Amino acid sequence: MTTPVLEVRGLVKAFPVGGGIFERLRFRKGQLLAPQKILRAVNGVNLSIAPGEVMALVGESGCGKSTVAKTIARIYEPTAGEIRIDGQDVSHLGFREMRPVRRKLQMIFQDPYASLDPRQRVKDIVIEPRRAQTGRTMSRKALEEEAVALLARVGLNAEQANRYPHQFSGGQRQRIGIARALSVRPKLIIADEPVSALDVSIQAQILNLMMDLRDEFGLSYLFVSHDLSVVHHIADKIGVMYLGFMVETASRDQLFNQPKHPYTKALLSAAPTVDKALRKPEIEITGEVPSALRLPHGCCFRTRCPLAFDRCAAERPALQAQPDGSSVACHLHDQTSVARSA
Amino acid sequence: MTPFLSSEFAFNYRRNLPAVLGSALLAVFALMAVLGPLLVLQDPYDVSQLELMDSFKPPAWLEGGDGRYLLGTDGQGRDVLASIVYGARISAFIGLTAMALSCMIGTTLGLLSGYYGGTVDSVIMRVADIQLSFPSMLIALFMMSAFGTGIVMVLIALTAVGWVVYARTVRGSTLSEIQKEYIQAARVAGLSDLQIIVRHVLPNVMTPLIVVSTIQVGTFILIEASLSFLGVGVPITEPSLGLLVKEGFDVLFSGIWWTSAFPGLFIMFLVFGINLFGDFLRDELNPRLR
Repeated sequence: MTTPVLEVRGLVKAFPVGGGIFERLRFRKGQLLAPQKILRAVNGVNLSIAPGEVMALVGESGCGKSTVAKTIARIYEPTAGEIRIDGQDVSHLGFREMRPVRRKLQMIFQDPYASLDPRQRVKDIVIEPRRAQTGRTMSRKALEEEAVALLARVGLNAEQANRYPHQFSGGQRQRIGIARALSVRPKLIIADEPVSALDVSIQAQILNLMMDLRDEFGLSYLFVSHDLSVVHHIADKIGVMYLGFMVETASRDQLFNQPKHPYTKALLSAAPTVDKALRKPEIEITGEVPSALRLPHGCCFRTRCPLAFDRCAAERPALQAQPDGSSVACHLHDQTSVARSA
Repeated sequence: MTPFLSSEFAFNYRRNLPAVLGSALLAVFALMAVLGPLLVLQDPYDVSQLELMDSFKPPAWLEGGDGRYLLGTDGQGRDVLASIVYGARISAFIGLTAMALSCMIGTTLGLLSGYYGGTVDSVIMRVADIQLSFPSMLIALFMMSAFGTGIVMVLIALTAVGWVVYARTVRGSTLSEIQKEYIQAARVAGLSDLQIIVRHVLPNVMTPLIVVSTIQVGTFILIEASLSFLGVGVPITEPSLGLLVKEGFDVLFSGIWWTSAFPGLFIMFLVFGINLFGDFLRDELNPRLR
């Protein structure tokens, strides 16, 4: 078996919130306390991406999918867990050791307006990761030639290389972002909602470009999205996240045809479809997502799950492999109990 | 040049009367300061050129005035206009140098404070807060009386009171810039903190810096004038505008008003011009005020 491009084990990311120590100081029952609130954004996520594979992370806003992406890209420090890029554990690498890893791992961002420095020319933006790798060993002219070639590959011409980002449309800016990620010929590109800020007509162009580049350069993608139709279009396998937990991972067809976790079912039924024949009765889930500052004990989805029973409050379900190759974290699909009762 | 003349900036400038007035004033003063010695007949600090007989001549248009001394003379027979021209050079030098120094120090501290946050930020900003709780004149006055006078000391004192404005402005802009994804993109690209600050943060916080710098020059000229007026500023051998006012003030109540009034008016119009232009820049470059 080939080494996965990306393997993540037990990834945890918690953010301390509530400001500095002076803002948190409270005087309670004769004691001076500085309680530290902790936002548990990601709570032990596992995933693995093979070379050339596209994995999508889906879930509603605030479920931690972007945090997973940005922690893997080491924009955030992981609180715990292991991130293996091409077999190498990078979760605790310092800035200097991380630089060679950046050659294998690049990122495309959500907001095409905020992700390009407004004061830089496009050719400088595009070549920045490459320049960080090569340092002074490459001449300015050689770098510029590479920038023009990269821009040409994503459909922009040489004349546009000297312009500033504000002279481009959203779709063009996202192409610039893709060219930037491509500049070091990475193995893995993390795409954090790369098309959600674009018009639907432009979305298809960008997605097709990304898929063409995958074939051409043998890329893998970790594709974060909340749009199920986009995910259906490009993903090989899908991970569903809820409140910082991975609740189900499955191949695309398995997930869309036989969702197992109640949350996945609800998510799929909530997605709008034009075709009436495909429309399933909507599973309504009520209530709000619990706060990531105070996670419920047991299963995190039990507060809204229509199928919750007593065990759900008592015990947190682990992600378990299913007979069909998918994995689900739900007591209704507990393989050990199935095995025991059989 | 043509694209600039047809730009929105140029259009707004032409329609903004105070801005045109302010920059016209500044242009006149800048010319005076640069061409100074060529414009006036006398070098007021070359004793051989002074005529003691010509002391306390009133301005040329008054009775007893002398055509050679347009704005009159002082007790040593110095031409007031010539003194102003030379004084303006010293005031402008002090204002611009202090601006450059406090801009460098304040911007560096503001960038560090905003970028790293945490303890670095707390320490720098608390020092700034403490300093802001005292009037800047008081701090400058204290430093000058404690550590001595002279142009270098004036510059140190002005820098010490001026860096705070830069640090706070830059910190605020930095905080809003580092939220943006292009900073994260730079990190993923493999840039070090220093490279991110220099290549990405600094160019994006330049706009408010330009505005603050304009206004600060005016403020520094005023503070320096006040210090010199109070007798703790520049030495008599390098008289700035403030010192001229002070010198003239001694004889003001003898009816000799022109030796202090004209330098005073000159300071007023200079700072007025700077502030008009600074206000225009602020309105124009700050998108939040549009």
